[in-house]
Amino acid sequence: MKSFISLSKAMALGLLRDRAAVFFMLVFPLMFLAMFGALFSNDSTPQSKVIQVGDVKVLDAMPDQQRAALRDVLKIEKTDGSPAARKEALEKVRKGDMDAAVFQQDKGGIELRYSAADSVRSGSVRGVVDSVVQQANQQATGQPPAYRLAPRQVEDESVKPIQFLTPGLLSWAVAMGGVFGSALNLVSWRKKRILRRLWLAPVSAGSVVGARVGVNLVLAFAQTAVFIGLATLPVYGLQLSGYWWLCLPLVACGTLAFMSIGLLIGSWAKTEEAANGLAQIIILPMAFLSGSFFPLDVAPDWVRSVSEFLPLTYLAEAMQSVLSRGESWGAVLPVMGGLLAFAAVLTLIASRLFRWDDA
Amino acid sequence: MTDTAITVEGLRKRYGDTQAVDGVSFEVKHGEFYGILGPNGAGKTTTLEIIEGLREPDEGTARLLGEASWPRNPALLHRIGVQLQASAFFERLSAREQIHTFASLYGVPGDRADAMLETVGLNDKSGTRENKLSGGQAQRLSIACALVHDPELVFLDEPTTGLDPQARRNLWDLLRTINSEGRTVVLTTHYMDEAEILCDRVAVMDNGRILRVGTPAQLIEELGVRSLEDVFLQLTGREYRE
Repeated sequence: MKSFISLSKAMALGLLRDRAAVFFMLVFPLMFLAMFGALFSNDSTPQSKVIQVGDVKVLDAMPDQQRAALRDVLKIEKTDGSPAARKEALEKVRKGDMDAAVFQQDKGGIELRYSAADSVRSGSVRGVVDSVVQQANQQATGQPPAYRLAPRQVEDESVKPIQFLTPGLLSWAVAMGGVFGSALNLVSWRKKRILRRLWLAPVSAGSVVGARVGVNLVLAFAQTAVFIGLATLPVYGLQLSGYWWLCLPLVACGTLAFMSIGLLIGSWAKTEEAANGLAQIIILPMAFLSGSFFPLDVAPDWVRSVSEFLPLTYLAEAMQSVLSRGESWGAVLPVMGGLLAFAAVLTLIASRLFRWDDA
Repeated sequence: MTDTAITVEGLRKRYGDTQAVDGVSFEVKHGEFYGILGPNGAGKTTTLEIIEGLREPDEGTARLLGEASWPRNPALLHRIGVQLQASAFFERLSAREQIHTFASLYGVPGDRADAMLETVGLNDKSGTRENKLSGGQAQRLSIACALVHDPELVFLDEPTTGLDPQARRNLWDLLRTINSEGRTVVLTTHYMDEAEILCDRVAVMDNGRILRVGTPAQLIEELGVRSLEDVFLQLTGREYRE
């Protein structure tokens, strides 16, 4: 027990004094959170800006009530119908200053010109103007509408991108801490022959491994506390669900799983540089392919197939379930079991590759 | 039995095509200062590592204080102190933190660790990180770490390599003190003056075998030469090594 404590202390001090390591494991992921959080903090549906050239009957005749309802999504700027104004309007759309230009064609025709450069903006402006036109058509019949659409998002109204970002980035941070912590430590201790020296001291392998795992767990919990603390600040506005504390056992299992990856890297790599490079090659693509940085809903099929084999996918998914979606044990238990099994298999492989020294 | 601290019988170790250790046998008495000499690549370090219990021999046995050193025997580890060739320190820890960590691994109280730091003259360097210590200071610290649990048997692998003359002389004084306190010391070196001054008996090794064992004076007389260095050169030849 005493040797476990003193080894933990030695490892923790060695880690905390390594400024670069602290930066990469703690500050670097937080920078991502702060950056992405700020980028996405204004997430209301983008307002479509339309330039109206001359009179357009359907827009001019819009009742005030409907105009007010559309204010958040549609902004109309009216110019006179001269050819010069028309040319200027098209130029603005081309440059991206305005999303679309609208002209009255002959009697019933309305021309909408948009830019193909930004498919999202052009898509939404087409949708909005189309719905205005359809509504006017429907009113022209003098009948009440036969069908009504009532759209509502599935999450509670407070859901913002931060709800997605925090679990994803936290999972990524935990993964980095686990992989780098064990890989670099193993290689450097082998190179400095501390492993050999410990073999000749009356300490059990359990104390050595336990101390390393303990230090990594503390680091992971510190990351979790800092992440959730920052994300729940009013600026970012993360709303924690009732089962958020289930992220703690999840973080612990994730740490073990990713430490086993680090163990495998550290057993194989001869130098710190090789271990560092290999860890980056594994972690960075995994972060993107697992959907930790952004949702994979629009990703190609092959990306989604690959992501099914990545432990980070499951960790991030389960983390999101308990932090933001209010799911409970059912969402985390299978993932925790899977991560632990993964850790067991990789540790077994690593133990076959393990070397005491470089020779 | 009570007379011998180390009994080595027929050690052999092969790495791929090279026979690193090729049938080594010798005995070291209690309280003796024993030197293993040999040119680079003679098999000194491998022999020492097998005896310490770091490596499993292909053949043969090494018994320390009456107990086999392989497989790993934690009870025995309390009674031996080892300084490895490279200074094995915990990264980014100060001299004092290093020796305190090692002390607690052996269940030794902290004041004993501080006293040991004083013995090797590193008191004023106690707050210095391992990577900021000079070569001599690092060697002294690693010897202090090897001695912190007051072992009966001490193994030192080339402790003075890379040190300046002052640091070597200081270290010799320290090693003599350790030995005069009744500890058995085994040392590898390729400095003949060092072996001649420190060792009660030496074994000259080359190509994984022991060529000759005896006191330095005996060997000089037997071969009819002037110094231990001449003994060494006569036994191991004058070609370049490695």
